[in-house]
Amino acid sequence: MRKQFVTTTERLLDEDERVVVLLGDIGVFAFRNAFKKHPQRIINIGILEQATVSVAAGLAKEGFVPLFHSIAPFVVERAFEQIKVDFGYQSLGGNFVSVGGSYDYAALGCSHHCPGDVSLMQAVPGVEIIVPGHPAELDALMSQTYASGHPTYYRLSERSNRSAQTVTFGKAQVIHSGKGPTVVTVGPFLDRVVEALAGTDATILYYTTITPFDAATLQQHAADGRILCVEPFYEGTLAASVTQALRGKRIALSSMGVPRQFLTSYGNADFHDRACGLLAPDIRARYDELLHV
Amino acid sequence: MSLALYPPVNQPGIKAQIRGIRENIIRAASVAGEGHIASAFSILDILYVLYYGILRNDPQQPQDPQRDRFVLSKGHASLGIYGILAERGFFPKEELNTFASSSGRLGGHPDSRKVPGVEASTGSLGHGMPMAAGMALGLKIKTSASRVVCIVGDGECNEGSIWEAALLAAHHKLGNFTCIVDYNHSGDRALMLGDLCAKFRSFGWETTEVDGHDHEKLEAVLTPHGGDVPRAIIAHTIKGHGCKDMEHNPAWHHKAPKADELEALLAQLT
Repeated sequence: MRKQFVTTTERLLDEDERVVVLLGDIGVFAFRNAFKKHPQRIINIGILEQATVSVAAGLAKEGFVPLFHSIAPFVVERAFEQIKVDFGYQSLGGNFVSVGGSYDYAALGCSHHCPGDVSLMQAVPGVEIIVPGHPAELDALMSQTYASGHPTYYRLSERSNRSAQTVTFGKAQVIHSGKGPTVVTVGPFLDRVVEALAGTDATILYYTTITPFDAATLQQHAADGRILCVEPFYEGTLAASVTQALRGKRIALSSMGVPRQFLTSYGNADFHDRACGLLAPDIRARYDELLHV
Repeated sequence: MSLALYPPVNQPGIKAQIRGIRENIIRAASVAGEGHIASAFSILDILYVLYYGILRNDPQQPQDPQRDRFVLSKGHASLGIYGILAERGFFPKEELNTFASSSGRLGGHPDSRKVPGVEASTGSLGHGMPMAAGMALGLKIKTSASRVVCIVGDGECNEGSIWEAALLAAHHKLGNFTCIVDYNHSGDRALMLGDLCAKFRSFGWETTEVDGHDHEKLEAVLTPHGGDVPRAIIAHTIKGHGCKDMEHNPAWHHKAPKADELEALLAQLT
């Protein structure tokens, strides 16, 4: 997905003179061609995230479309107030592209884990949040939204689904429409959800746009009232959007995602999936629980 | 575009005009029961010189692309910028008396989405200067002749993002960027900043010290001079300048005059 991010960003730099890329001293080698081609509009800005976000806001005020790329905790958590005030409150457009969400950088420990990025970004009114599950989806969604006039957060994942869905910004995909509980999942978790629910009559909804949340698709596919959210970030991140979409209806909501505790082990993302109970058998077990509600 | 419409130095009536702006500010704060008056008075002479002698801007076309940009990074001094913008005709002076009201657009911190002439919404310290640096970088990319000036407070210089922006502005050779430090020493009770010229110089900036209430000297140091090095102007100021009871008096940092205090304060204004 990172490779696709470079390809898509290079294309946007070629096509749109307003695009200015600020790299937080990561991905610099991958962008070496862009540095040669657009030396004024791609900058290795350094490791100073707070000022970088404000500088990006200043660029946006001058009519540019800034794109800031760094590791999730530094883009979102380190510079959160700048995102909130400089972009959110001032209604400026800009793009924030992270790697290392949740425990993609598991071996680097808690300072580099970031399961709370999406929850935090949801707290900024006007922010768009995109979590693609495949490189082609990233390309489609970035192309649709990079100049939306809103602050847009793209969460790149180290792991992708085997095939891409045809995605549209702000729209969920109905992967399977059944008569059982509705399973809402996000980005890189689609494959494991499909695998977990093989042979069931679950409805599976696939979200790559987290905010604005596609309430209409959920409303049309939640007649059963039993909802399971399988989230690649903190568990319960989608709960407010789901309950708001289904307000006034009797629902049973079950959420599974990264537990809200520090994960002090290292290892890799597969290890943490297992430790957090986020593998296909765990998802099936949670789904089966809902069948008895 | 009106360029330096009213040279600020040696012009008759300026003292009375600035006294009038101070009165407008005090009255606005009094009506609102809110305001950082002393912070506004600390920078009022700087703002006056900027808006009457230095910055190219047009109150009738506040978004003219050719304008110079000004960012009040220490946003709590909003009454200062409102006083000057109203005086220059960006909005009616009568509007000052809606300051901080529920239906008004002049908030306790300036809002670029609401107020003509306000370039950036500030309030959280340490945001305005890097935003201004981003604007300067954007103007440089566009090869614009416009410049960017911002004012930061000395207390605001506690923020790491100020020094991050200082690094960036020097590295990217933002000769179109000037940062004025309102050095009234109100932050000394927390952190002593010492020699700010030396600090900015060590970050690669050109630096100048100036009496922040001397119009002639301010005009001299604020006049554009070209080059590709950003400029820091350390302006030695008196918090509450122009109102004896407020000068160097921390009690007036964030306080509005009560009705029975108003006339006595107005009588002191210079």
